[in-house]
Amino acid sequence: MMQSTAAIEATGLSKSYGALAVTRDVSFALEPGCALGIIGPNGAGKTTLFNLLTGAVRPDAGSIRFAGKDISPTDARARCRMGISRSFQVPQPFSGLTVFENALVAATFAQGISEQAARPQAEDALRRTGLWPKTAKKAGELGLLDRKRLELARAIATAPKLLLLDEIAGGLTDAECVELIQLIRSIKESGVTIIWIEHVLHALLSIVDRVMVLDFGQKIAEGEPRDIMQSPEVAAIYLGLDGENTHA
Amino acid sequence: MASLLDPILQGLLLGGLYTMFAIGLSLIFGVMRLVNIAHGDFIVLAAYMAHAVLVATGWHPLATLLIVVPVMAGLGYALQRVVLARTLGDDILPPLLVTFGVAVIIQNGLLSAFTSNALRLPSRELETASLALGSLNIGVLPLLTLAVAVALIFGLETLFARTAIGRAFRATSDDPETATAIGVKTPHLFALATALCFATIAIAGVFLAMRSNFDPFAGPARLLFGFEAVIIGGLGSFWGTLAGGLILGVAQSLGAQISPQFQVLAGHIVFFLILAIRPRGLFPKTA
Repeated sequence: MMQSTAAIEATGLSKSYGALAVTRDVSFALEPGCALGIIGPNGAGKTTLFNLLTGAVRPDAGSIRFAGKDISPTDARARCRMGISRSFQVPQPFSGLTVFENALVAATFAQGISEQAARPQAEDALRRTGLWPKTAKKAGELGLLDRKRLELARAIATAPKLLLLDEIAGGLTDAECVELIQLIRSIKESGVTIIWIEHVLHALLSIVDRVMVLDFGQKIAEGEPRDIMQSPEVAAIYLGLDGENTHA
Repeated sequence: MASLLDPILQGLLLGGLYTMFAIGLSLIFGVMRLVNIAHGDFIVLAAYMAHAVLVATGWHPLATLLIVVPVMAGLGYALQRVVLARTLGDDILPPLLVTFGVAVIIQNGLLSAFTSNALRLPSRELETASLALGSLNIGVLPLLTLAVAVALIFGLETLFARTAIGRAFRATSDDPETATAIGVKTPHLFALATALCFATIAIAGVFLAMRSNFDPFAGPARLLFGFEAVIIGGLGSFWGTLAGGLILGVAQSLGAQISPQFQVLAGHIVFFLILAIRPRGLFPKTA
């Protein structure tokens, strides 16, 4: 059943730092080409879950299957080569490299291909993210929206099968946000499986097929976006948050 | 005025040698923020290696590069993978301490293997050959040293600016964690940078040995001159390193005009002045 078709499947993932359990027995599965939204208050363990999926952090327990293969023992670099790519919450461009070089390095090394072969992919990623006119600029000179675009460009330049987006819509104006949503939708439509952590709910809900709610490291709900947003648990959590993050 | 022209010219040529000492330091500091205290001692080790090859084969000193460069590059790769990789981290002290220890080991190892007698690579006709330029004489060997130094700087600059591995070096230098996250094998990359550094060390060692006497304790002064060149030029900039080497060479050469004992001191004073006026060096890398 689902085990054979899932793009990514996590089973019983747990991670503690000392006495602090940041991820507690989290399981989920996602079919290829689908988008899963992850919501939850700050400190719910959302980013840690991404770190577990990318291999940046090792779980204490649990396993991860990607495209049918158990990838639990593999490291971050190997998972990147398999097609798992992420954007960071705080954009982390290589500031001394040009915009083009940022995308080029990602495309080259994430896939282990020559620069010659990586160039068209880097260019395509920059065109899709609207960064092509700024391709020769140093990444350190970019503004916030462009840094976020570059974060995304670098992620899609690696030709990912699974794209993990970490609060990429935060801090953008409404108009910028609309652009970003269109971009992410086009990535999804190209067949990329997406997991997206986001506080800007209207952006998230306009894309994702399913929503998973985390609180204190635990999965407390998962389902269709509409059902989840109407569930009492979610309302309870989000009533506790400040309005800025929740107005949809 | 004409009397100053010659010392300036000789200083530029000397600066070529100092640039050679500095290139490797600049390279590994640029890529992994590592300061190798044993840098000068590895230059001297390469000089001894070249001497051993020359004695065994009777080759021309320049031909010893064919053996010394790959051997030193391999040594550099292994040293990074086996020893230095364990010292890299947020704390800058461990690499300094460990490479200081390596320096002591090399000095005393060379002392017990080769005694403290000074050696030199006889460079035959190269040693005395010179070109006349008007009233000035330019030694062919110093000119070759400068030319090789400039070629190395140009080569590394091109490698860093235009190749996949060079971009990976710069990306890793900016942010090693993100570089790993996008698939760069940072341990291998760091070891490659060290291998490159050691290749330049090998070349510096052979040219040093052709130009002057060396003994097991000649390393620290080479490190100092190389270090001064890197700092004068600004960290992370290869062209800056070349400029730093040349400035140091000219300063020493002009200092020697005042008095022979003043040569090294003049270099230190210029280093000090530049550091006081521009603490980040003349051509620091800007983000």
